Amino acid sequence: MSCWETIADYGLRSLGIGERLLPRDNFTLCQQVVLIGSGMIWNVYFGVLALCSGFFLATGVALGKASRIWWLRKPSEWFIFVFRGSPLFIQFFFAYFLFLSLKSVSPVFDPFTAAWLGALIVLFLNTAAYSGEIFYGALQSIPKGDMEAADAYGFTGWMRFRKITWPTMLRLAWPAYTNEAIFLFHATTLVYFSGFPAWQQKGDALYYASYFADKTFNPFVPYPILAGYFIVLTLLVIGLFGVVNARLSRHLPQDARRRLKPRPNLMR
Amino acid sequence: MSIYWSVGTVLLLLAITAPTALAFGFGGATAARSRVAPLRWFGKSYIAVVRGVPDIAFFLFFVIALDQGFEWLRHQVKCPDWPDPVRQGNDFVVCDAAKLPLGNAAQWVHETYGFFLAVLTFAIVFGAFAANVLFGAMRSVPRTQIETAEAYGMSPRQSFWRILVPQMWVYALPGLSNLWMVLIKATPLLFLLGVEDIVYWARELGGSKTARFTDYPHPDWRVWYFLALLVFYLIFTRISELVLDRIMARLTHGQATTGGEAQRKAA
Repeated sequence: MSCWETIADYGLRSLGIGERLLPRDNFTLCQQVVLIGSGMIWNVYFGVLALCSGFFLATGVALGKASRIWWLRKPSEWFIFVFRGSPLFIQFFFAYFLFLSLKSVSPVFDPFTAAWLGALIVLFLNTAAYSGEIFYGALQSIPKGDMEAADAYGFTGWMRFRKITWPTMLRLAWPAYTNEAIFLFHATTLVYFSGFPAWQQKGDALYYASYFADKTFNPFVPYPILAGYFIVLTLLVIGLFGVVNARLSRHLPQDARRRLKPRPNLMR
Repeated sequence: MSIYWSVGTVLLLLAITAPTALAFGFGGATAARSRVAPLRWFGKSYIAVVRGVPDIAFFLFFVIALDQGFEWLRHQVKCPDWPDPVRQGNDFVVCDAAKLPLGNAAQWVHETYGFFLAVLTFAIVFGAFAANVLFGAMRSVPRTQIETAEAYGMSPRQSFWRILVPQMWVYALPGLSNLWMVLIKATPLLFLLGVEDIVYWARELGGSKTARFTDYPHPDWRVWYFLALLVFYLIFTRISELVLDRIMARLTHGQATTGGEAQRKAA
């Protein structure tokens, strides 16, 4: 079987398209690369959607934590503490079993026990908490002069937030937020190792990598492939965020712009 | 009963891993700033490689890789005249005397060996993070301090141990305390390494298979077990935060940093 056939058979296997049975013996390098790559679809799916949706909640939570109104501040503080203080792994488990017991209450919760929705919700809340803390820190370190200048020009309320506070907050938070995005992509590998089952062996990259490692009892091939994929993904994320960073700080003098330094990887 | 022991397992793992990882980190950081080029390359690549790759992959990888590595080494020593290759297709075959633990060993030996592998894996991964923190901390100690030591005629070894190491901790502590938090939150991954920790038991008690066939007097309680775990970790994190704040205050005392200056003004 040539490598092209393997790609046709297994390229979209993680979505359930193509050959139903996974290869059982005589694993070729091509099969491992293709299947693990196919699993990366899920990692990208979880990462991108959780980041995009989590961004808005994070802004809200950061504003809430910085608010002077206690019934906005307290829930935001607790939200951040709970999601940053407990392991993501346990959060996945807890959410899965919570959804399982809710399922017996009402069939509305059926899709929540599947990874594509349930795990996405957990990742969404988790990244919202982590980035909320980052944004809160940035919000606290907005230069006083900027706000005074905004006052002097007569900016108030929504306009001041939209034109001054928010862009400055994002610019200050951006390097840390890039790291957070990288962590999040790495954290997506936890999904299928916690409560959420991989139906019909439709799993993510780590799921397939450990499948091969279990079958061949040889960890030295699949895990380096996985690592390679993740390094590429990390570089892509850094590149994309670098473009945004350049846009956010385009008004600054050339030498004052902070370049993004990739500092990947602490687990959560 | 075992579920209570498993809490002990987690705490024991933390208690053993933290110093071991710190030792690995210290070794890595010293190697990375060594004057001997190969040693420096080794230290730097250790830090870079372990930090650059997703960590769960490392946990899964190291347990098998270390196990096979040990067995292979013992195989080389104990059975030098073994005719077959070690890797036969999909199988990894070593002679019986090289098996780890030995096939006839007691259950607790197997468990201890698994635990030992877990500790080693954690120490290697977190050692790299700690090495990175300590490497940064060693570079943040003001250069003038070392110059003063040199002016007093201390050898590089003396100035390292007597000047650099005692002073670097205050710079390293924020990073290390962050690392401790991460280490606490990484312990549920023990379950992946096959050690019977709290996650294992929370899943097992009233798991879907057993619940159907044995008659528990209660329905599926796993939500509550995991809620309890969640609270356990939250409390643990909070306590660590408080303790680390105290240590930081103690270490900052009398140091030439902004924190130390603030303490001096407040007093």
